[in-house]
Amino acid sequence: MTVAIVGAAESDLGVTGRSILTLQTQAVTRALADAGLTLADVDGLATTGVARFSTTQLGEYLGLAPRWVDSTFMGGSAAEAMVARASQAIEAGQASVVVVSFASNQRSARSRSLAGVLEEHVPEAQFETPYGPLFPISYYAMAANAYLHAYGGTRAQLAEFAIAAREWALRNPAAFRHGAGPLSVADVLDAPMVSTPLTTAHCCLVTDGGGAVVLTRLDRARDLRRMPVEVLGYGERSVNTSMTAVDDLTANAGAVAAGAEAFARAGITAADVDVLEVYDSFTITAALTVEALGFCGRGEVLDFVQDGRIRPGGALPLNTSGGGLSYCHPGQLGVLLLVEAVRQLRGEAGERQVPGARTAVAHGTGGIFSAHATVVLGVDR
Amino acid sequence: MTDLPVFPVPPPDDVTAPWWGATREHRYTVQRCAACGHVQHPPRAVCVRCGSTDDLALTDASGNGTVDAWTVVHRAPRAGVAVPYTIARIRLAEGPIVLSRLDGDDWTIGDPVRVGWVDLDDGRALPVFHRATD
Repeated sequence: MTVAIVGAAESDLGVTGRSILTLQTQAVTRALADAGLTLADVDGLATTGVARFSTTQLGEYLGLAPRWVDSTFMGGSAAEAMVARASQAIEAGQASVVVVSFASNQRSARSRSLAGVLEEHVPEAQFETPYGPLFPISYYAMAANAYLHAYGGTRAQLAEFAIAAREWALRNPAAFRHGAGPLSVADVLDAPMVSTPLTTAHCCLVTDGGGAVVLTRLDRARDLRRMPVEVLGYGERSVNTSMTAVDDLTANAGAVAAGAEAFARAGITAADVDVLEVYDSFTITAALTVEALGFCGRGEVLDFVQDGRIRPGGALPLNTSGGGLSYCHPGQLGVLLLVEAVRQLRGEAGERQVPGARTAVAHGTGGIFSAHATVVLGVDR
Repeated sequence: MTDLPVFPVPPPDDVTAPWWGATREHRYTVQRCAACGHVQHPPRAVCVRCGSTDDLALTDASGNGTVDAWTVVHRAPRAGVAVPYTIARIRLAEGPIVLSRLDGDDWTIGDPVRVGWVDLDDGRALPVFHRATD
């Protein structure tokens, strides 16, 4: 591959009282400043969640008329998919500097509903929504129910994903739960129940937040101010929108396929990965993604993550920002997975830095294990 | 399950109208492809196995199934809905998986279930599932 991420930044996070476009502007301009570039350098733009014409809306707001845009809607995996598309666009000469961004003010705007977004014309509106599943929570809850039944793990084991995420967040000053203290198994299991077996502590935060990454050709990247973070590989899968299309809830087949494609393109295996950033909308989301990406065998992940393996200092540093569970969850976490991966690879992650990290993987999951995209990133040092 | 539907059931479309029509008689139907034998739900304009658009027809299902996965919902998705209630994926005897409700909260994956009906104000009915007793 010949494309690199040369800038990365967060917008304000948490409860900001700011508009989507203000947060987008922060993310984009901070990521460009990080790269040593300006808005005038940008000729490619990829984003979602701004408006119906997301890239057009954001482009006008920033004073841009991009040569290339992408507003593919894949929920939490959109940013990873956009990195792939941006890389292809740059290699094809359709753009030279692409910004991939996302921001949401869902906490301040109180715009999130436990029912999800209802669209009357889709089949689910007739055949699923009338029964009152929480969306997306009840689907992930059923996946956890099916996984624990099939492989015999415990709710206490599943809690490890929330506990480890908190341990990372305690080391990240930008994390929403930075000052909240550690979590115990009892804290997770005894938290208010939402959709069995998932309590509130198994569910991601609902916060404002956003981020952006800047991509350009690797040869140009070498002349910029930051260490280039190379895009080594990518893969994606689009699987299901309903709660009933997937035969085996425990298989996470979309992540298996996206990950395998990305790893093959990059020429790596799971053993090569120093830092892993996967979408953790829920504990079970992260669990089934770690398993799907091949870090352990089928049915093994709950045993695999015990004994501190995914905590700070562990053999598999997972969601080192604190993730959606304890850092920030603006509704589409995908871009922030990339931002954290970049910081780790550049050695800028402070107290939570994984020493000597050279290869990182970000895996976005949108919807209800619906849309998946994996990106492999690396630095040459 | 008197709280159903939690959200209004939209009017059927061109493809789903016969399916909802059968619910007026408390008949559970599934769509079968005469070209390849595939059974699918919800009804749609194409067979997802063989691609046929001309060979699909509704056929009566047995009304029997098993619990594929379930969850007890403790937070209401909108104001005024009583919780808890149990949401489940039901694997129909004919093959397709459907979303529905179960009564109570004492279920194990694999439990056999049988269809029941909640009548809607417009004459249609919403299928739910109860424990199969024999």
